[in-house]
Amino acid sequence: MTTFTLNCPLPISDYPNVLLAHGSGGKLMHRLIDSMIAPAFSNPALGEKHDGAAINLHGGRVAFTTDSYVVKPLFFPGSDIGALAINGTVNDLAMCGARPLYLSLGLILEEGLPMETLQRIIDSMRAAAQAADVQIVTGDTKVVDRGRGDGVYINTAGIGIIEHDLVIAPSSVRAGDAILINGDVARHGIAVMSVREGLEFETPIDSDCAPLHQPALALIEAGIPVHCLRDCTRGGVASTLVEIAQDSRLHLHIEETAVPVREDVRGACEILGLDPLYIANEGKFLAFVPAEHARTAARLMGDESRIIGTVQDDKPGLVTLKSAIGGSRILDMLTGDPLPRIC
Amino acid sequence: MKYMDEYRNADQAQRYVEAIHRLAKGDWTLMEVCGGQTHAIVKYGIDELLPPNVRLLHGPGCPVCVTPVELIDKAVDIARRPDVIFTSFGDMLRVPGTTGDLFSAKAAGGDVRIVYSPLDAVNIARANPDKQVVFFAVGFETTAPANALAVKSAAEMGVENFSILVSHVLVPPAIEAILSEPDALVKGFLAAGHVCAVVGYEEYFPLAARYHVPFVVTGFEPLDILQGVYMVVKQLEEGRAEVENQYARCVRQEGNLPAQNMMREVFGVVHRKWRGIGEIPSSGLGLREPFQRYDAEIRFGLTEYTAEESPDCMSGLVLQGKLKPEACPAFGTRCTPEKPLGATMVSNEGACAAYYRYRRAETIS
Repeated sequence: MTTFTLNCPLPISDYPNVLLAHGSGGKLMHRLIDSMIAPAFSNPALGEKHDGAAINLHGGRVAFTTDSYVVKPLFFPGSDIGALAINGTVNDLAMCGARPLYLSLGLILEEGLPMETLQRIIDSMRAAAQAADVQIVTGDTKVVDRGRGDGVYINTAGIGIIEHDLVIAPSSVRAGDAILINGDVARHGIAVMSVREGLEFETPIDSDCAPLHQPALALIEAGIPVHCLRDCTRGGVASTLVEIAQDSRLHLHIEETAVPVREDVRGACEILGLDPLYIANEGKFLAFVPAEHARTAARLMGDESRIIGTVQDDKPGLVTLKSAIGGSRILDMLTGDPLPRIC
Repeated sequence: MKYMDEYRNADQAQRYVEAIHRLAKGDWTLMEVCGGQTHAIVKYGIDELLPPNVRLLHGPGCPVCVTPVELIDKAVDIARRPDVIFTSFGDMLRVPGTTGDLFSAKAAGGDVRIVYSPLDAVNIARANPDKQVVFFAVGFETTAPANALAVKSAAEMGVENFSILVSHVLVPPAIEAILSEPDALVKGFLAAGHVCAVVGYEEYFPLAARYHVPFVVTGFEPLDILQGVYMVVKQLEEGRAEVENQYARCVRQEGNLPAQNMMREVFGVVHRKWRGIGEIPSSGLGLREPFQRYDAEIRFGLTEYTAEESPDCMSGLVLQGKLKPEACPAFGTRCTPEKPLGATMVSNEGACAAYYRYRRAETIS
């Protein structure tokens, strides 16, 4: 008789318990994924380390992705958990260069949640799905005991169709590429933080939560040989850049003053001692395209788009930034969530 | 953004850099005292723009970094208790004690909350009368008045389930400790603008005279720092050792008198241990007699507890400007922000963290 044990053959990380920082999009999360989760399921699609997987299916290519939403509070300036759950998954598909088509919806509800709250979330999801031109075609509902959830947790998975032959992934990024962003950064994180921490501003700072499939597909439909797309969610623009620098083994160089940050958002970041480059977005993405296509790409990505940097091959895996006064520094991934400072 | 972009102007910065290059003939080592300045210097690459004969050393002005390990242990001990809500500014949560950090205490079930003001902690205490609410009162003279106000408000409102774990330290005694070392390298100081906004800068006159070193009260934006460096170097080149104020838009010589009065009413000067440095006489603040019932160390029976730091961590030398972060053998290898040996690798204002975050590629690869 063969005996088997339930011992995990994979190394447990240095931490005996999961910390909140393991979910913050920074270094600890990447280490958890790289050391425990990815090796357990190793396969080529997973190995691309992109926002979703591009899979060959019956002669066609589809993108497949999933994401869970646990944001507190459920409603925040400019958006809510429902719209976030639709747009987040739509955007992960869009970042694979896919046309988003179908989503699943998993709801984990806490006993006692007001029906009116749930209705508002469902309405918001319906509107977001319509706007993104996707259908929710299957779903699941569970209820947990009071006190075992924060009202609502949502999981959405999605599939989209890839209608081109480009490989849109960090591995396609090349030295000489231009790096573009489709608008101002850090609004979502500050919007959520303002409610969570009871901070008040003269005018509310709204989340930038929005679907990104149109600007992303516009690039592809215009025939631009897009090398990589990545939305800048948790960990902000800086963490997204570091991920791509490390996965492509190239050097990304950014001009700090080229990254748009709205005045009120900059003010909030100054007060809290936070760097806007590390604050979450829900409607911003980076595009890596050959330099000769940069201007056309910027036009297609929207009025607020900017070329923020270039890809070089001299310092593999590194992101550097030219500061506002002309000095230089590296951009690193954060260890956990950015922490407001003492003074 | 108004009042900010003016102080980050690339052309003006370049003009100051050129002026410093023209001015500096001697070999000058300056120290910026405040961790906020250290962070700005490394973040904007200011030190790289200076001539090689003008060097900046990073001083002990990061409140997170100089909080002794035993106080972190006390915080973790209190935070793990079931009847406690432990409140703190965010950047204390990741600082390692000998028994873990406050994030681990949270992961183990402790109720640890980030607040933005000590008065928020008083409000939490009012809203949770069945809990003990403790605020981690860390910082230099900058945060002491607000913490004093919190204690006074709690006393006036009769909020008796509130207490503070005090780790307040004072800047001038630390500067004197550095200057009185026989092998002191530092020839001039950028004094910390925010501290001076509260306490003024009269305390620096006797230090400047006794040790014959110039002090320039300096702000935190790139142009403030470059102008501060220019003013210190100018004094050194002219053989002067005076106290000057670069940060006049925020700092007056006598400081903020109502804030000082609040601070003195609630706190008295005590001896304090500094992480990596040891005890410095009369270098900190503790609660005065009528307010000692708000002292968390007394309330939770922790006054006798002591702990020693890891001998691997050389942050004491870093904090005194005797060792550059990247010269530490543990830097970037055994000591990283994920697994810090000491607080200088954790805090936003810590010199080691600033070098790791902004400079590592040049120093370890």
